[in-house]
Amino acid sequence: MEAAPKEQPKAQPELIVSIGPHVRAEESTAKIMWTVNAALLPAALMSVYYFGLPAVLVILASIVTAVVTEAAIQKMLKKEVTVADGSAFLTGLLIAMNCPANIKLHIPVIGTFVAVAITKQLFGGLGYNVFNPALIGRALILISFPKAMTTFTQPVTTIMSMDAKTMATPLTVLKEDGLARLLELYPHIYRDLIMGNRAGSLGETATIALLLGAVFLLIKRYITWHIPVPFILTVGVLTWMFGGKEGLFTGDALFHMMAGGLVLGAFYMATDYVTGPSVRSAQIVFGIVCGFLTVLIRLKGGYPEGVMFAILIMNCFAPLLDRGMRSRVFGKAEAMGVKK
Amino acid sequence: MEATSVKTSATFQGGVHPAGNKELTSHKPTVTAAIPKRVVIPLSQHIGAPTKPLVVIGQEVKKGEKIGESGGFVSAPVHASVSGKVVAIGSFPHSLGMDVPAVVIESDGKEEWAAAIKETPDYLQLSPEELKKMVSDAGIVGMGGATFPTHVKLSPPKEKPIDVIILNGAECEPYLTSDHRLMLEKSTEIVEGLKILMRILGVRKGFIGIEANKPDAIEAMKKAAAGSPEVDVFAVQVKYPQGAEKMLIKAVSNRTVPAGGLPMDVGVVVQNVGTAAAIYDAVRLGRPLIERYVTVTGRGVKDPKNFLARIGTPFSQLIEEAGGLTEDAAKVIAGGPMMGMSQYNLDVPVIKGTSGILVLPKAEVSTKTYGPCIRCARCIDACPMHLQPSLIGLFVEKGHYEDAKDYNVMDCFECGSCTFVCPANRPMVQWVKRAKRELAKKKN
Repeated sequence: MEAAPKEQPKAQPELIVSIGPHVRAEESTAKIMWTVNAALLPAALMSVYYFGLPAVLVILASIVTAVVTEAAIQKMLKKEVTVADGSAFLTGLLIAMNCPANIKLHIPVIGTFVAVAITKQLFGGLGYNVFNPALIGRALILISFPKAMTTFTQPVTTIMSMDAKTMATPLTVLKEDGLARLLELYPHIYRDLIMGNRAGSLGETATIALLLGAVFLLIKRYITWHIPVPFILTVGVLTWMFGGKEGLFTGDALFHMMAGGLVLGAFYMATDYVTGPSVRSAQIVFGIVCGFLTVLIRLKGGYPEGVMFAILIMNCFAPLLDRGMRSRVFGKAEAMGVKK
Repeated sequence: MEATSVKTSATFQGGVHPAGNKELTSHKPTVTAAIPKRVVIPLSQHIGAPTKPLVVIGQEVKKGEKIGESGGFVSAPVHASVSGKVVAIGSFPHSLGMDVPAVVIESDGKEEWAAAIKETPDYLQLSPEELKKMVSDAGIVGMGGATFPTHVKLSPPKEKPIDVIILNGAECEPYLTSDHRLMLEKSTEIVEGLKILMRILGVRKGFIGIEANKPDAIEAMKKAAAGSPEVDVFAVQVKYPQGAEKMLIKAVSNRTVPAGGLPMDVGVVVQNVGTAAAIYDAVRLGRPLIERYVTVTGRGVKDPKNFLARIGTPFSQLIEEAGGLTEDAAKVIAGGPMMGMSQYNLDVPVIKGTSGILVLPKAEVSTKTYGPCIRCARCIDACPMHLQPSLIGLFVEKGHYEDAKDYNVMDCFECGSCTFVCPANRPMVQWVKRAKRELAKKKN
């Protein structure tokens, strides 16, 4: 083949070259994280409405600790500082939502520090943590400061009140004193659960506010039903079957589904992308087993509430579930048929 | 008066919805591009063996004259797209990103057809073998972009009987409208091309699958097929990659091509509508494949247009004819934005598989780096092959190619849906390409 005659190549405009696709959906990690933060806003506001200034302080302390810890560790590890993506902010907010309002502030600060520093950053940062950072943070302070973490104040309707009365949560009352005492303390239990007029962690109170944010996330498709719905329904079915004192099928499913941290945990923490499975069928199994473990702990375990431990235990199994329930490749069944 | 079936719900599981941006050119009738002064005709414009040059420097050639002889069964000859003189044979830039052997012809402006070119008015009387030879001699390859030699698809082994032919008019790539215009302007030719295909394969049922966002094309094709009960026009759901072979077969015939298999495993042959029109030109008019519809579009050109352009026309000429680059033009892509290749040299020629030239302005070009996978599963939902692109990406990032293989990386056809939806901007297609390359190296 003859050589090409030497030609002066024409001047080319300066062009960007990369592998496709050359267009992208308008979505980003930061947008997702900040949207989840925004979805928690109604519940956070409700907690401020019920618990006043102490709630504000717990929320602020947790968020500031989370953001500062993440930035400091990324600086130390000479990584890019990514606190603007909203993920550390979310961890802080979730820990605050898991604390009683009147708690001493060093407790959520410790929990948040451990969550961000150890559970998240030391495991490799966003995307690489095995456990939900907020839940590890909460587990640590629950075990280390059991008294402080389970001393809840009665909601007050005056916003600036600092001297609220302490009161046990509905789940604790039910576990320790039974249904009669529960109804005595909470004569309008369903209404109280929905509206948040009960003792509990900041984010455990107003079911309606949590559901509002959850529906928003579902509509935006930032979360899907595959984990939270089976989770909550499993708790409902199992507590209806085994939760009653008068034998099988006498339990109060509705109470159990709205009480404690179930709505918060199912919609905002079990749905954490990183620490849950990503195959849809595996997510359903994940949700069901979370529900089973929650009921096991609530009815038979030492703690009145089991959502946190249920999710943490299942976090370990998420990769295994993903591996075991891998999606079947398009045409794989047909390919196997052909080989036969 | 519903003569043909309409199934807009027909589709596959997965896929994405990028902005169509087809309104830039979809309403603009195709214009014939100027005859280039100089065409660069690559000797390899198809998947398979490159062709061997039949001409020498200084030789006079006529339009339609064969200048590259097929290099084997999976190969296709190439022809002069203008009459004139061969001025160079050598290595020239190609839109796939490397230099390839090519023949350069300077046009004499006479536009004389080669003597061998003759019409065949009674083409449906010819035997399937004769028809197939005409397709093969005309150098026809898949014009949707895959450029697989058409006659190979028309030669299935005996144990794989074909009973359905589907013409692909989905045109699911954003921006591109060349197939759309072709269906409006050459609908009869497309239907006749389909009938030739059906005769070659002895098939009694032919379908034309078109995305429902082109109602005028659906109408035009229905009209053209009105007298042909053996041809059905299908509207398929608007979703990328609806035009991928396996996805279109699923939507139109509800057959599932086995993983690792070919459409012929389920008795189907798919051809692009442009290929069908080229087959008509080859058989009825005796004309080899020397020109094609090319959409020149995007907000980086001043006057987006659809062209009928000769093979070998430099991109730069068509861009000039479309008003030239805008001040802020930043990326030039051969093909659509999802699967097209970005270009660094605008002297590359239009080849048989060039469906469009897309120019994006700076504001529409992302140069963001990628972040860690947050395992949001958007890519898993989007993957039309039901793979787990997130995991494949994590494996390849760490060099675990065998694990990527275990997660079926070889079944990926690189449609880019995963990368399109990824909030962390992770370059999954790039990683898939790397995994395939590394695995191929290991095999050898």
